[in-house]
Amino acid sequence: MLTSYVEAIREGILEEMERDPNVFLLGEDIGVYGGAFKVTAGALERFGARRVIDTPISESAIVGAAIGASFMGLRPVAEMQFADFISCAFDQIVNFAAKCRYRWNAPVPIVVRAPCGGGIHGGPFHSQQNEAWFAHTPGLKVVLPATARDAKGLIKAAIRDNDPVIFFEHKALYRKIKEEIPPGDYTVPIGKAAIHRVGRDLTIVTYSAMVHVAAQVAEIVAREGISLEIVDLRTLVPFDEATVLESVRKTSKVIVLHEATMTGGFGGEIVARITEKAFEYLDGPVLRVTAPDTPVPYSPPLEAAFLPDADKLLAKVRWLAAY
Amino acid sequence: MPVAKPEPARKNAFQSTDAELSRKFLYYMALMREVEERIERRLYRQGKVLGGVYVGRGQEAIPVGSGLAARPDDIFFPSHRDLALYFIRGVTPKQVFAQYMGRRDGLTQGRDGNMHMGDLSKGLVAIISAMAASVPVAAGAAMALKYQGKDSVVFVYFGDGATSRGDWHEGINLATVQKAPLVLVCNNNQYAYSTPLDKQMACANVADRAPGYGMPAEIVDGNDVWAIYEAAKRAAAHARAGLGPYLIECKTFRMTGHSAHDPADYVPKDLFQKWSQRCPIQQLEKRMLDNSWASRQEIDALHQQIKQEVDQAIEQAEQSPYPDPSELLLRVYENEA
Repeated sequence: MLTSYVEAIREGILEEMERDPNVFLLGEDIGVYGGAFKVTAGALERFGARRVIDTPISESAIVGAAIGASFMGLRPVAEMQFADFISCAFDQIVNFAAKCRYRWNAPVPIVVRAPCGGGIHGGPFHSQQNEAWFAHTPGLKVVLPATARDAKGLIKAAIRDNDPVIFFEHKALYRKIKEEIPPGDYTVPIGKAAIHRVGRDLTIVTYSAMVHVAAQVAEIVAREGISLEIVDLRTLVPFDEATVLESVRKTSKVIVLHEATMTGGFGGEIVARITEKAFEYLDGPVLRVTAPDTPVPYSPPLEAAFLPDADKLLAKVRWLAAY
Repeated sequence: MPVAKPEPARKNAFQSTDAELSRKFLYYMALMREVEERIERRLYRQGKVLGGVYVGRGQEAIPVGSGLAARPDDIFFPSHRDLALYFIRGVTPKQVFAQYMGRRDGLTQGRDGNMHMGDLSKGLVAIISAMAASVPVAAGAAMALKYQGKDSVVFVYFGDGATSRGDWHEGINLATVQKAPLVLVCNNNQYAYSTPLDKQMACANVADRAPGYGMPAEIVDGNDVWAIYEAAKRAAAHARAGLGPYLIECKTFRMTGHSAHDPADYVPKDLFQKWSQRCPIQQLEKRMLDNSWASRQEIDALHQQIKQEVDQAIEQAEQSPYPDPSELLLRVYENEA
């Protein structure tokens, strides 16, 4: 049976609620309505209003309350309706949750779920890919699954993790990706990248929805005799540097691909690590394919021009392969 | 004027629970005053405390009255003017001095300074520097206690200025909707850094904000430890009974600048003059003498004992080592020692 990305996340959450009575959900419209994207549909019916809390429209209170509940031994899973609205809870996440363990040895085992990304004509306030804000804050873990299998395994791992996890779910993947996933209980370790496709000529380092763009391009260039290896980071923090460097040493050519805008994006960090630690293995410049430095526009031709896609990646792959 | 009482009456008064509680009040208020005096007026000026110093001089009745009204299983979210809450929960003056001096024996082992400290095992949550941010966190802790079927309550502390921030309103709104067992203690010392109350809000009292959330509130004399104690008992009973949050606004005055580097030139001198007549410690002592709960000699002896305790604590704290730079990278995440 095929499981979609959204079903996989839902299954993971419900299984964790079944397994651990300390797990509870809070967020806007997550109970009666089942969440703006129906990720938590059915949770209220199954677990009741005590464990599935519809909150006021108060992102800061949602994350703050999750932190406070975690101090008392609970494991809250908080939903931000859109990753864009996480900015309203920024202080709680970056100034408090991220620093408690370091400052005063108080673990904050919370998960903040953030539906992110473009391609759904959401416009500037409902499309951002803002993981870099959090990757720049020590103390947070940043997780971005690209597949249904990983989405379930990682949400379960995130709920069991004893540090605050920002869990970015790509909205365009919710119902687009369907695949066989292992039955029942399994986790995917946070901090471990996956080789999404094995290749020998050129490495694409990417994550989230862009993994599928890379896979599309890999199929096309395979017919031209270019073998792409795709590294799906799955988590940015902790960053699986070893897997990236191993692939780079093998292929000697790298493109870093992400949907987020370029300047200050996590891609810059990946490029820096590669040039610092595998420079002598490189046979060409380390390139980036990202969105340009603009807000995410609404109108379809503008949004299409904004988002990295197969054509944009293809051009760079051909150029670098011939370098 | 107090009337001299015959010896047997005095003895009974001395042994009464009121007398016993008063002596506890006095001990913690005087200890807080003494520890903060040393930090602000000696260690800071001697360069032994380098970072920010924020004290609660003149406001000691607030943490002491409310802190002793709480049960040991209640949770505190102190503000930076509530040092006594830490002592009530068993944190020692030595740990506090070490904390201020950035030493290993401080509650955060040198990772944070001054009042930015906590210990979950003692029910003390470290403050978030932008104070109102504590309110949603306290709301969540209170929701969790209810979730767990416990009848403990959460006490969260903040100043008048904090009530201007969105977090304060979001946290209270969530807590009232959820009927979370939360006691909100406002230290209204009339200044938020240099900004006086009338530039902070257009209503006369912080308590005026409460009806907007369907929450009871009361205004108490913030320099009367007994009044605060009684109000906190009422508030905690309300919250414990499942009736939701309760706000106590303690009207007091900040007898210092915002911090040790701030001479508070913007505060009219006569305000300091006026409020110095209402020192919460002196008022308590007077009440203790009037009721024959203690003699002058006993009170003096208590102050003496505290001074010695504090001298010793500073000595011990100064012997505490600084953290080693090799510890810098540890404990950002779990399993990093």
